[in-house]
Amino acid sequence: MSDSGFVLRRSLLYVPGNMPSMLQNVPVFDCDAVFIDLEDAVPLNEKDAARNLVSRFIATYTERNKEVFVRINALDTEWGLDDLKKVLPSLPDGIRLPKADTPEIVERLDTLLTEMEEALEVEIGTFKIIPSIESALGVINSIKIARCSSRVIALAFGAEDYTASMEIERTKSGEELFHSRARVLWAAKAAGIQVIDTIFADVGDMESFRTEVALVKNLGFTGKSLVNPRQIDVVHEVFAPQANEIVYAQQVIEAIIQARKMGTGVIALNGKMVDAPVVKRAARVIKTAVSQGLLEYELDDEVIYGAK
Amino acid sequence: MVQNSLGRWIPQQFNGRACRPYCDPFSVQPNVQRASRALRRVNPGQSKLVSNLIDAVIASGLKDGMCISTHHHLRNGDALLNNVVRVIDTLGIRDITIASSSVHPVHAELIPYIHSGVIRGFECGVNGLIGELASKGEIHCPITVRTHGGRARAMMSGELKVDVAFIAAPCCDLYGNMNGCSGPSACGSLGYAYPDADYAHCVIAVTDNLQPYPVTPISIAQTQVDYVVEVERLGDPQKIVSTTTRITSDPIGLMIAKHAAEVIEAAGLLKDGFSFQTGSGGTSLAVADNVRKKMLAAGVKGSFGSGGITSYFVDMLEHGLFNTLFDVQCFDLEAVRSIARNPNHLEISSDMYANPFNGGGVVNQLDAVILGATEVDVDFNVNVNTESNGYLLHNTGGHSDTAAGAKLSIITVPSIRGRLPIVRDAVTTVTTPGETVDVIVTERGIAVNDNRPELKQELLKRKLPVKDIRQLQQEIVALTGQPKAVEFEDDVIAVIEYRDGTIIDAVRRVKD
Repeated sequence: MSDSGFVLRRSLLYVPGNMPSMLQNVPVFDCDAVFIDLEDAVPLNEKDAARNLVSRFIATYTERNKEVFVRINALDTEWGLDDLKKVLPSLPDGIRLPKADTPEIVERLDTLLTEMEEALEVEIGTFKIIPSIESALGVINSIKIARCSSRVIALAFGAEDYTASMEIERTKSGEELFHSRARVLWAAKAAGIQVIDTIFADVGDMESFRTEVALVKNLGFTGKSLVNPRQIDVVHEVFAPQANEIVYAQQVIEAIIQARKMGTGVIALNGKMVDAPVVKRAARVIKTAVSQGLLEYELDDEVIYGAK
Repeated sequence: MVQNSLGRWIPQQFNGRACRPYCDPFSVQPNVQRASRALRRVNPGQSKLVSNLIDAVIASGLKDGMCISTHHHLRNGDALLNNVVRVIDTLGIRDITIASSSVHPVHAELIPYIHSGVIRGFECGVNGLIGELASKGEIHCPITVRTHGGRARAMMSGELKVDVAFIAAPCCDLYGNMNGCSGPSACGSLGYAYPDADYAHCVIAVTDNLQPYPVTPISIAQTQVDYVVEVERLGDPQKIVSTTTRITSDPIGLMIAKHAAEVIEAAGLLKDGFSFQTGSGGTSLAVADNVRKKMLAAGVKGSFGSGGITSYFVDMLEHGLFNTLFDVQCFDLEAVRSIARNPNHLEISSDMYANPFNGGGVVNQLDAVILGATEVDVDFNVNVNTESNGYLLHNTGGHSDTAAGAKLSIITVPSIRGRLPIVRDAVTTVTTPGETVDVIVTERGIAVNDNRPELKQELLKRKLPVKDIRQLQQEIVALTGQPKAVEFEDDVIAVIEYRDGTIIDAVRRVKD
């Protein structure tokens, strides 16, 4: 599997796992991924029913036009393991793991997923993991968590539970999250994986939402968890590359194509060196632009990584 | 029974009138003179004021078997039609036909008078309980559903003869000059009442805001009015106009709206001179909002907005995005305020708005219209009259008129309602023929009529989610399953008249 950095994950929408009327619309929304929720959105007396519903839904959603992650209940609850057993045979893309406070918790999930993959006879590594960093302990351990399994494709910061663990209020301006966001970002970037910011709960306040999306994009987050489909467009607008970025990215790709023809992976463009990190960055800009209809461009993985 | 060109079985006669089967949207030609009424003379010193509704009905000469009308600008706040029927009953008059411009749920109060024989039928569409009970066979009263333009046509051609028109006049002087701009029952435009003022044999202005002579501006003039009567109230102001009309917050509605606006743009219509109409529903308003943003971004200056007018269109007029609003009905208080003060916000009659048999209606000049549906089918036929349960619940309004007139008619509709698929093999009732419908926008895809291949190509080029209508239907039915068909008896409870007076469909009694 190639570097997951090239799968766009800007907009990741939570969908309650106990609501058929909302699940049926999953194929319709133009977010990059969904988190189908079996955890907080589902009342205790509906855990079983939601598990069945979600499993059936994913199994019938064969023409996938976005990634499907399931937020299971934490593995130390009575539901977590059953969630996995029920939904994995329907082949979601991965699991969003709540309360991933330590690398051991994530490693345990990794082991369970491997066992399930063997039982289901699917390729090892099929199921990805997005750990939720949502406590002081999780923030401290995020550096290890980001590197504890090759299944971990992104860290997802969860500010609601984090602020609760800190015994503080969450504000719209978010100063109280600055340090934790920065640490989660470092952890993910150092591990070469994606990093997804927390939800913004006030669906009516699109202006503050837009401000927050712009902030986290500038900090380095690659995407954002969303609570309402109305938030998708704003994320895509803020994450849209500028025209000059697109032009430069195309120049980088053209340059690296020339370089590969010459049998090298490094080349100069306008006096600056173009190497793997620059190419990856350009590829991300181009994929984002293409997905938003700003550009028509076929980008082959071989161009990014070189022929094997 | 005869079959019309859409394969719908229609009766040869309905409510004493021969039914001409629908054949196509544009070829039927009028072959009669304009209807007329007797001249009248009001001499100097003669008062038009009568003391109450009873005296007004007596003065009008209303008799058994005659036809009366009201307008529906007071919408679900209207008290006049119920009061008039009560008076008619008190006077012992029977077998009255109601030919109002529309009937609303508030008029469920009329049901006892249908049972008792005061009312014998409706020469107009009905919203709400009356249609439902007729569909169930619990009341017996033939209903002829007309479009807004079709009603004006029927009155002008003499096909629909109104003996006495009771015109609710929110602001009215002693001599019958009136407008809808002020007073406790202010409703703005009186557009649907114009044909009544022109063609009814007797015209009674009813007001709860009697003013000294003369009232200005004049919407309906003294020369058309026989009597003026003052009542305590015309209706419930809370229900006459919405204080605000709002954009939907439903993500599905917003997605449909976004696509609809993109279709208008792709059709190449968003250029100077653009003309546009939407309804007042949350999704329609969201389309208007998207179109507004696109017009601003592209620096487009439109020509006119038309139809029922909302605050969103007023805002577009005031920001120079339209030169003119053609207003046949005000949907909210902001529209009422605007029509009273802005000379470019014009009140127009239903004749000028949508009549197919005149020198050309406003609808013929429309670039794009956004319309709703209760169901659509794979032939692009649209139903707005009956629901999937078969009950007649809605009037047509200007649906078929604007669909026929506009260069681009777009139906915005969710793919699933109440677990039922909305794209059917054949709609329960055809209101608007598929030939006049260009695009159906749902959250699961956009279907383009085969008669617009160039538009389909353009939408595909722009990577919009275009789907064949049958593919779209299959995707929806895969989720919902195929619902059990509603079964009907043979007896026809209503006919759906197309705008040209031909019968496009018949509504039958639902089997128990």
